[in-house]
Amino acid sequence: MTTTTPNDLKGPQKQTHAHGHGGHNLTGMIIFLCSESVIFLAFFVGYAVLKLSSPIWLPEGVKGLEVRDPLINTIVLVSSSFVAWFAETRLHRKQLWAFRVVWLLTMAMGTYFVIGQAIEWRHLAFGLGSGVFGSTFYLLTGFHGLHVITGILLMALMLWRSFRPGNYDGGEAGVTAVSLFWHFVDVIWVVLFLLIYVWQ
Amino acid sequence: MSSTSSYDPRVLRAPHPVPGAPNNWKRFFTFNTDAKVIGIQYIALALFFLLVGGLLAMIMRGELLTPAADLVDPSVYNALFTMHGTVMLFLFLFPVLNGFNNLLIPTMIGAPDMAFPKLNAIAFWLFPVFGLLLMASFFLPSGPSASGWWAYPPVSTQNPLGQFVNGQFIWILAVALSGISSIMGAVNFVTTIVRMRAPGMTWFKMPIFCWTAIAAQIIQLVGLPVLTGGAVMLLFDLSFGTSFFKPEGGGDPMLYQHFFWFYSHPAVYVMVLPVFGIFSELFPVYARKPLFGYPLVAIASFGITLLSLIVWVHHMFYSGTPQWMRNLFMVTTMLIAVPTGIKVFAWIATLWRGKLRLSTPMLFCLGGLVNFIFAGITGVMLATVPIDIHVGNTYFVVGHFHYVIFNTITFGVFAAIYHWFPKFTGRMYYEGLGKLHFLLTFIGSTLNFLPMHWAGLMGMPRRVASYDPEFALANVLASLGAFLLGVAMIPFLLNLVSSWARGEKAPANPWNAIGLEWLLPSPPPLENFEDDVPTVISGPYGYGLNVPLVADEDRYVQRANEV
Repeated sequence: MTTTTPNDLKGPQKQTHAHGHGGHNLTGMIIFLCSESVIFLAFFVGYAVLKLSSPIWLPEGVKGLEVRDPLINTIVLVSSSFVAWFAETRLHRKQLWAFRVVWLLTMAMGTYFVIGQAIEWRHLAFGLGSGVFGSTFYLLTGFHGLHVITGILLMALMLWRSFRPGNYDGGEAGVTAVSLFWHFVDVIWVVLFLLIYVWQ
Repeated sequence: MSSTSSYDPRVLRAPHPVPGAPNNWKRFFTFNTDAKVIGIQYIALALFFLLVGGLLAMIMRGELLTPAADLVDPSVYNALFTMHGTVMLFLFLFPVLNGFNNLLIPTMIGAPDMAFPKLNAIAFWLFPVFGLLLMASFFLPSGPSASGWWAYPPVSTQNPLGQFVNGQFIWILAVALSGISSIMGAVNFVTTIVRMRAPGMTWFKMPIFCWTAIAAQIIQLVGLPVLTGGAVMLLFDLSFGTSFFKPEGGGDPMLYQHFFWFYSHPAVYVMVLPVFGIFSELFPVYARKPLFGYPLVAIASFGITLLSLIVWVHHMFYSGTPQWMRNLFMVTTMLIAVPTGIKVFAWIATLWRGKLRLSTPMLFCLGGLVNFIFAGITGVMLATVPIDIHVGNTYFVVGHFHYVIFNTITFGVFAAIYHWFPKFTGRMYYEGLGKLHFLLTFIGSTLNFLPMHWAGLMGMPRRVASYDPEFALANVLASLGAFLLGVAMIPFLLNLVSSWARGEKAPANPWNAIGLEWLLPSPPPLENFEDDVPTVISGPYGYGLNVPLVADEDRYVQRANEV
C-alpha cells in the first residue's frame, strides 16, 4: 500500500491541490490589499479630521513643508509602477534577462524614493513629538515608507526566484502579486502626497 | 492493515500511518500546517483561556458579593475587569471560532486544506505569543492594563510609574498581534471559500456556516485595520510622545473612540455570525427538516456585514455626539434587527413541527436561541437614544452584552463542540455529562446575567468595586450564578478529556446529518477527500427530501464507514 500513492493515479487533477497554488496567491494578495487600503483610509480620515478640527496645527516656527524634492520623489515612485509593469510584460514573453534588468531598475527607483525620504526627514525642523502635525506627518510617511521597503524586499525575493531554473515557466503569479502590491503602494503615495504636501 | 488491502488505494491514506496520524497527539504541540490540527489547537488553547477569563470573573463576582470593596483593592478590580474582557474576547472567542473555521470550512467545502497552510500555522502560533504576553503583564511592576477593554484615552495614555514597558503597552502590543493574526486568518478563510469549493458547490449550495464565516471574515478585513490604526496611534501617544489623542498637543480623544468602535462593534458580529451559522447547521439536523428560507438566511449574513459597518457611534451617544449623528446611528442600529430577525424566524420555522431530538448540542442551540431573542430585545432598547443615555454605563449594558457574548455565542460554541466532537476526534462524548453541563450552564448564566439588567435599570454603574446596598440582592444572585458557571466547567472538561481518551468509537455520521464533512471518515484523513472530491448536486439541507447531496453518494458513504 505504501508504494502506490493516489497522486500517481490521478496526476493531472493534482492542480486542484492546495499547496501554494499560484491563483490562490493572487486572490490572497488582492484580499490583503483591500484590507491594507482600509488602514490607510483610517489614517487619511484621521489626518483630515485632525487637520480640520485642531486648534493648533503647525508647530511654532514651522511654516509648512517644502514641495519640490518630494515632488521629484513622487515622480520617480509613480514612474516605477510603469517600469514594474514593463518588467512583467518581459516575463510574459519569456525574456528572463530583460525582466531581471527592468525589475532591478524598479527596485532602484524604489530605493531612491526611500533615501530621498530619509534625507527629507533629516532636514525637517519638527519631530514626532511636535504636536499633532508632527505626529500625523511622521506616522503617515513612516507607515508608507515601511510599505515601500517591504515592496523592495518582496521584489528582491522575486528576483532571486527567477534564478531558479524553470521557476517562472508555469506562470508568474508571485511576480504579478508583488507588482500589484507595488502599484498599491504608489497609489497610496499619490493620495498621501495630495493630502500632506498639496493641501497645506 | 492487511484486511484493508482489497480496497481502493485512496482509502488507505486514511488514517495516516505517518506523523500526522490521528492517534499521534504530539502533532498538537508542533508547527503543523494541517487545518484540522490547527483547529483543535485553537479550540484547546482557547478553552484554557476561557478558564483563565472565568477565574478573573469569579474573583470579580467574589468582590461584588458584598457592597463594600473588601476582597480586592479597587485598582486591582480595574485590572480584573480589563483583563477579563480582553481575555474573553481576544484569547477565547476569536480563537475558538477560528478553530471552528479551520475544522469546518475545508471539510464542508471539500477542500484538502486551507489555501495557505503555512500562513494558517503562523496565524495560530501568534496566538500563544500574544496570550503569553497578556498573561505576563500581570507580573509587571505597573500591573496589567486597567483602563477597561476600550482603553479610552486619556486614561489609557497615563503612565504614572514612567516605565516604558507597562501594562498598557503590553496590552496594545497584544491586541495588535491578535489583529495581525486575525488578518492572516481572514485572508486565508476568504481565499479558501472563494477558490476551493467542491465541484458543483455553487454559492447557493454552500452550507450556511461558510456563508456566515465569509461574512464575518470580511468584517475582520474591513474593520480590524481601523482598530490597528487606532492602536498604533495610542501606542505612540503612550510611549513616543505624539499627540494624536491629546488635546494639549492639538489631538482629539474622540477620534480614538471612533477608531475603536468602528471595529469593536462589528467585532461582535464577527463572533455572532459564525454562531448563527452553527445554529443554522444544527437546527435542521436535530429537527430533521430543511433549513427554512435558506437563500434569505444566507443573504441576511451579508446584510448584517454591511449594516455592522455603519452602527458604531451608538457606543458614543453619551460622548458628546451631535444630535443628528445620534439619530442617524439609532436608525442604522435598529435596522440590524431586520436581517437578524429573518434568521431568528427562519430557525423557529425550521423547528416548527420538526421531530426534535433533544441531545446536548440541540439543548445548547435552543438555549442560545432563547437567550439571543432576549439579548436582541434589550439590544433594540439600547439602540434608542433616550434609553441609552439613561442606562448607558450601567449594569443593564453589562447584562445585555453578556447575554450576547456568553448566553448566545458561547452557548453556540458549546453546541458546536459537542456536535462536531465525534467527527474530529473519532469518539462519542457522554450524553449524560453533556446534559448536566447544559443544565448547570443555563441556570448559572441566567442567574448571573439576568439580575444585572435589573440592577442596571435601578442605576448601578458598571466597573465599580463597591456599590450601594440597595443593589445587594441582584449582585448576590449574579455572584451565585457566576460560581455555578465555574462548577459547570467540571462536567464539560471531564467529558471532553475522558471521551477523547476512552469514549466509544464514533461512526462516520452519528447524527444522520447531511454535509460533505459527514461523508468523510471520523476523524477525517490528512487531506480530507484528497483528489477524489465529490461533485455536489443538491442544496445543503435536504432533510426528509430523499435527494442525494453528491453524485455517487453511496460510494462515499460506504468508503467513510469502512475506514
